[in-house]
Amino acid sequence: MRAKVVLRRLLRNKQARYGSIALILLVGLAYLGPFVGPYDWTEKDFLAFLSPPGGDHWWGTTTIGQDMYAVTLRGMQKSIIIGFLVAIISTGLAAIVGAFAGYFGGWVDKALMWGVDLLLVLPSFLIIAIISPRLREGASWLWFVVLLAAFSWMITSRVVRSMTLSLREREYVLAAVYMGIPRWKIIFRHIVPNLSSLLIIDATLNISGAVIGEAALSFFGFGIQPPDVSLGTLIAEGSRNATGYPWLFAFPAGLLVLLVLSVNLIGDGLRDALDPGSNS
Amino acid sequence: MGKYLLRRLAINVILVAIAASLAYMLAATTMNPRGAYEGRQPPVAESVIDATLDEYNLNDKTPVLVRYGTWAKGVITGDFGRTWNGGSVNNEMGRRIMVSLRLLLIGTLVGFAVGVALGAISAVKQYKLSDRFIGVSSFVIMAVPVFVLATLLAIATYNLNRGLGFSLIEYTGEYNPRLSGFDQFLNRLNHLILPTISLSLGLIAFYSRIQRNMMLDVLNQDFVRTAMAKGLRRRTALTKHALRTALIPAATYFAFAFGTMFTGATFTEKIFAWHGMGAWLVDSINQNDVNSVAAVTFFTAVCVLFAAFLSDLLVAALDPRVRVS
Amino acid sequence: MSILEVRDLTVTFPGGIEAVRGVSYEVERGEVLGIVGESGSGKSVTSLAVMGLLPANAVVSGSVKLHGRELLGMKEDEQIKVRGKTISMIFQDPLSAFTPVYTIGDQIAEAVRVHQNVGKDKAAKRAVELLDLVGIPNPSLRAKAFPHEFSGGMRQRAMIAMAIANDPDLLICDEPTTALDVTIQAQVLEVLKTAQRETGAGIVMITHDLGVIAGMADRVVVMYAGRPVEQGPVDDIYYRPRMPYTMGLLASIPRIDGEEGPLVPIDGNPPSPASLPPGCPFAPRCPMKVDMCDDEEPPLTPFGSGRHVACIRSHEIEHKGLTGADVFPVPVIPPNEVVRVPRAERPTVLELDDMIKHYPLLKGAIVKRRVGTVYAVDGISFDIAQGETLALVGESGCGKTTTLQQIMQLQPPEGGRVVVLGRDSAKLDKAGRKSLRGDLQIVFQDPMAALDPRMPVGDIIAEPLRAHGESDVRAKVEELLELVGLAAEHAERYPQQFSGGQRQRIGIARALALEPKLLVLDEPVSALDVSIQAGVINLLDELKSRLGLSYLFVAHDLAVVRHLADRVAVMYLGRIAEIGTVENVYDRPAHPYTQALLSAIPLPDPELERTRKRILLEGDLPSPADPPSGCRFRTRCPKFAVLSEAERRRCVDEEPSVARLTNAVDHGAACHYAEEVEVITASDNQEEE
Repeated sequence: MRAKVVLRRLLRNKQARYGSIALILLVGLAYLGPFVGPYDWTEKDFLAFLSPPGGDHWWGTTTIGQDMYAVTLRGMQKSIIIGFLVAIISTGLAAIVGAFAGYFGGWVDKALMWGVDLLLVLPSFLIIAIISPRLREGASWLWFVVLLAAFSWMITSRVVRSMTLSLREREYVLAAVYMGIPRWKIIFRHIVPNLSSLLIIDATLNISGAVIGEAALSFFGFGIQPPDVSLGTLIAEGSRNATGYPWLFAFPAGLLVLLVLSVNLIGDGLRDALDPGSNS
Repeated sequence: MGKYLLRRLAINVILVAIAASLAYMLAATTMNPRGAYEGRQPPVAESVIDATLDEYNLNDKTPVLVRYGTWAKGVITGDFGRTWNGGSVNNEMGRRIMVSLRLLLIGTLVGFAVGVALGAISAVKQYKLSDRFIGVSSFVIMAVPVFVLATLLAIATYNLNRGLGFSLIEYTGEYNPRLSGFDQFLNRLNHLILPTISLSLGLIAFYSRIQRNMMLDVLNQDFVRTAMAKGLRRRTALTKHALRTALIPAATYFAFAFGTMFTGATFTEKIFAWHGMGAWLVDSINQNDVNSVAAVTFFTAVCVLFAAFLSDLLVAALDPRVRVS
Repeated sequence: MSILEVRDLTVTFPGGIEAVRGVSYEVERGEVLGIVGESGSGKSVTSLAVMGLLPANAVVSGSVKLHGRELLGMKEDEQIKVRGKTISMIFQDPLSAFTPVYTIGDQIAEAVRVHQNVGKDKAAKRAVELLDLVGIPNPSLRAKAFPHEFSGGMRQRAMIAMAIANDPDLLICDEPTTALDVTIQAQVLEVLKTAQRETGAGIVMITHDLGVIAGMADRVVVMYAGRPVEQGPVDDIYYRPRMPYTMGLLASIPRIDGEEGPLVPIDGNPPSPASLPPGCPFAPRCPMKVDMCDDEEPPLTPFGSGRHVACIRSHEIEHKGLTGADVFPVPVIPPNEVVRVPRAERPTVLELDDMIKHYPLLKGAIVKRRVGTVYAVDGISFDIAQGETLALVGESGCGKTTTLQQIMQLQPPEGGRVVVLGRDSAKLDKAGRKSLRGDLQIVFQDPMAALDPRMPVGDIIAEPLRAHGESDVRAKVEELLELVGLAAEHAERYPQQFSGGQRQRIGIARALALEPKLLVLDEPVSALDVSIQAGVINLLDELKSRLGLSYLFVAHDLAVVRHLADRVAVMYLGRIAEIGTVENVYDRPAHPYTQALLSAIPLPDPELERTRKRILLEGDLPSPADPPSGCRFRTRCPKFAVLSEAERRRCVDEEPSVARLTNAVDHGAACHYAEEVEVITASDNQEEE
C-alpha cells in the first residue's frame, strides 16, 4: 500500500525520474556498451598511440594504445559495483550499530559511540591509503570495498541513533515492551522498519559517496591497482595530460560526474517521496 | 563550564593519542622504509642500512613496540622523529603547517559564509528563478569531485593565460620566490585564488543546500508567524528570526565539513603543487615515511577535534538553550 | 460601528481544498466573539486569513474590513502598520510561538519598537511593565530570560503581554489555553479578561472547548466543515441550540457537574475538506437527516434576535422544543454484574503500597552529571478492586505518568510495593513477568503514536497474541475488531487509513487481545475531538461491564473521569492529595488542591460560569526536584494563606499523609486542615425545557 504510494510519488518527481533514466542509461552503457565496441579493454593497438576520438577508436586511445571507449566502460563497471556494495554494507552497519546503541543505551551506547568518535577522528583516507596498495593479490578490490565501507557508516549511525532515541519512547514501542516482546526483536520489527526512509535515502547517497571515494583514492594510486582500472585511475592518468590530450580526461571525468549526479538526483527525489514533510 | 571544558579537553587528548598511535602502528607494521636503501646502486651494506634505520628509529628488525615506545617518548617531548631520509619531521611540519592552515581557514570561512548566504537567499526566494539556479548549480557542483574540479580549473586557467598572452591567474605553487615586498604579497594572493575556489566551491554547494533546508524548516514555524503578526516585514522576520535560528543546526555541521576539507585539501595541494600537509600525506605514504604519516595523522586528528570543539562553542554561542546547561 | 467585519471569507489551498467556505461575522468594541469547532473545521485558518498570515499559496476571497478598511489584498507596506498595532494575535503553543534565541523581554520590546517611535531603553522598560501587567513575578529579571526558561503558563502570559503592547483594538486568540493545565488555564483566562479591560479591545476567541467559550463569549459562531452552521448570542446557542450539530456537541461533552452514565456520541467523523458530502456536510452524521438534506447545502439563515442557523429543520426543532437528548439517542449500557458484590468482598487486582520513584537530575549537554533528585513519585498507595475504575488525576508534572510506567514495567520499584493480581512485582521471575503481562495491558494516549505505522492493523492486534504463542490468531483478530466496533476486513488496512477515534479502538482491541483482567488507560480520549470522545468512553464503559475488566484510568480531564470512574485519586507533586469515590471527591472535596482544581474547570453553561466563583491558584507547580518542605501544596494553597502563624507551622514542618475523613466510608485527604466544601453547584437548567 505504502510502497505503491511512494512509487507513484517517486515517478511524479521530476528529479527522481530524470535521475533514474540517467542511471539506467549509464549502467546499460557500462555493461552492454563493451559488446558494441570494436575493441576489448585489454587489447592494445600499436598503430594508434594517443590518437584523438573518431573513426576506429570512438573515444580515442591511451598512451599505450588502449581503446578509451573499452577501458572507460570497464572502469565504470568497477566504479558502479564498488559504489553499490559499499552503500549496502555501510548503511546496514550504520543501521545496526545506531539502532542498538540508541535502543539499549547505557554502556552499549557509550562503547559504540566512542568507537564511532574514534573512527571519525582517524583519517580514513590515510588508513585506506596505507592498507589498500598492499592488498594487490587476488580479489583485492573486494577488500577495498570492505575498507571503504568500514569508514563511511559513522555519520549515518549517529543519525540512526538519535532517531532511535526518539522512537524508543514511541508508544507503539512501549506497547511491544509491555507485551513482553524481547528487545532485539523490537529493534528489528518496530525500530529499523520505521527508519527505512532514512536508510533508503542514505544508502542512495552513500552510493555516490563511495563512487567519489573510490575515485579519489585511485587518483593517488591508493585504490584500484593496475592492471585493473576504475574511473579514478583513468582520471588520474588523464589529468596529467589533460591540456594536450583532453579526451583522456574528459570521458572518465564526465561519466563520473554524470553517475554521481544521477544517483544524487534519485536520492533527493526519494527523500521527497518518502518524507513528504521535508522541504529538500 | 570550565570544568566541563577541561574534561572535554582530556577526552580529546586521549582521542588524538589513540588515533596517532593507531596510525603509527599501522604504518610501522605495513610500510617498508628499508626498500629505499636496499635497491641502491652501488649496493649499501646491510649493516650500514641497519645503522641508518636505527638512527631514524625506522628499523623493521627492532620490535614494533620498542619502536613505538621510542616514538611515543619523542612525541610527548614534542619531537615527531625523523623522516625516511633523516630530516626532522618537526622542521618539515613547521614548513608545511602554515601553508595548509592558510588554505583551510580561508577555504572554510569562504565556504561557510557564502554557502549560508546562498542557502538563505534560496530559501527566502523558494521556487523563484534564483532559488532554482542556486539549487541546480549546487547540485551539479556536489557531483563534481575536488580532483576533477581542480583539474578543470587548472585547464581553464591555462587556456585563459595562453589566450591573454600573460599569467593573469597563477595555477602552480604558492608564491613566486623571485618577487619581494608588496609584490610578493599580491603574488601570494594570486596563487591563493584557484586553490581556494576549488576547495570552497564544494563546501559552498553543501552549505547552501543545508542552510536552505534548515531555513525552510524554520520558515513554517510558529515564531516566524508571530514575528510577522507583530508587524515585522516578511523580510525582516525571515532574516532576524528565521535565519538566526536556522544558523544553529548549520553550525553543528561545521565540524563535519572541516573533516572532509582536509581530504579536499590533499587534492588541491597536489594538483596546484602546494607543499602543504595534504601533499605530504600522499608523499609520505609513497615514500614509506612512517614518522611523517604519524605526524600527519596527529595533525588531522587535532584539526578535526578542534573543529568539533569550535562547532560546540559556536552552537553554545548561538543557542541559549544549550548555554544554560 | 463594529471593529472587524468579515464577509463571505473563503480560503482555498492548492489542490482545490476549501478550508474555509464562506464565513461572515463582525466584532464590536469590547465584545468577545467565540468561534467553536472541532479540528479541521477551519476556525484557525479563518483567523490567519484575517491577519494576512496564510502561506502565499492559499487563495483568499471575500472581504475583511477593519474599521471599514479592506484588509484583503492590502500591500505589505500597509499591512505591517495594522498587524500588531490594530489587530494582535495570541497563538496556541507559546513555546513554538517565541523565537528560541532571543529573550522574552527583547521580543516584547521589538513589538513595541515596530509601531512606536521609542528608544531601546524605553521599549525595554515598557516590556517590563507589560510583563508586570500580565502577572509575571519579578518582571525586570524575567524579561532577561529565554522562552525555554519560562513555564507554559508564563509563556502564554508573556504572549498576551506582547499582543497588547500596542494597545490593539482587536485581539485574536487562537486556542490560547489548549496547551495548558486547568488551574493555569484559569489564571490565563483571568489575565485575558484583565487585558481586555485594559485595552477595551474586541476579542475573537477560537477554541474547541465549549466550557471556555461559555465563560468568556458574548456571541458564538459554531463552525463545521469550513462553514458556520449556527451563530448567535451565547445563551441562545447553549440553551436553545437549533442546529443538530450544535445540539449534539453540547450533549456529548462530559461535565463535572453531570450525572454518571453513558455520554451522547455523534456517529461518524467530520468530513475531510477534500471530499465534502453533497448537501449539508453534517447530514451523514445527523440523526434528523431527511432526503432533502442531501440536495443542497442549507444557507445560514436569520432566525430572529441576531441568530443564524444553517439547517432546514431548525424551525421544526424550535417548534417542537427538541433538545440534544431527544435528537441524539443515549446508548444503553448493561449494568455491571461484578459491582453488585460489595467492594470489600471483591478481590484486589492492583495494590500500590508507598511506591517511590526518584530520577537523578542530570545536567550537561554531552557529559551528564547528577546534580540532584527528581522526586517524581514519592510514596503513593492505592488499590483497585475487581470490576472497578480508579482514576488517577492531576496536572502535568504530578507524577501520574511515572506511576503508570512503574506499574507497567513490572520491575521491583525503588521503594514500596506494586502488587498486580496478588503477585508482587519484586518477586517475579522472567516467565512470571511475561505471563502476568497478559493480564495487565495498556491503552495509550496518542492514537497516532500508539500504532506502528508500518504494520497492517491485523498484525498490530495479532502481535501480543503471537508473542504469547496463541494459535488461531486470525479468527481472534476478527473477533476483537468486531468487539470494538470495527469490521473484520479492516485488518488489511494500515493505521493511517483510520480516523483518530477508530485508531483508539484499534489500540483498545490490541490491549484486549490477551484477555487482560486489568487495563491501564493512559489519557485514552484526550487527543480526540469531543464528538468522537463520547463514543470511545462509552465503548470503554461497555467493555468493562461485558468483560468484567478493572481499569486504572490516568487523566487530566476531570469531567471525563466523572463519567467513567468509580473512585478517584488526585495527585500533586508525586503524592496523593485526595482519594475516594467519585461522588465524595467531586461533591465534597476536602483538599484545597482538589477544590481549586474542580473550580478551575470551565462548565459549558454560560449562566453558571457568570455566577461561579473561582479559586485561583498562585504561580506555577514547584519543581519536583525541589519540593517544598512539609505539605507540598502549601506554597500555592489558598487555605494556607488564611491560616494563623501557629497553624501554618504544622504545614511547613509536617508532611500530611492521606487520612480518612470522619463520617466517610471511602474518602481521604492529605491535608492537616481538611474541610469538605462544595465547589460545583449542580445545574438543573442545562437546556431549556
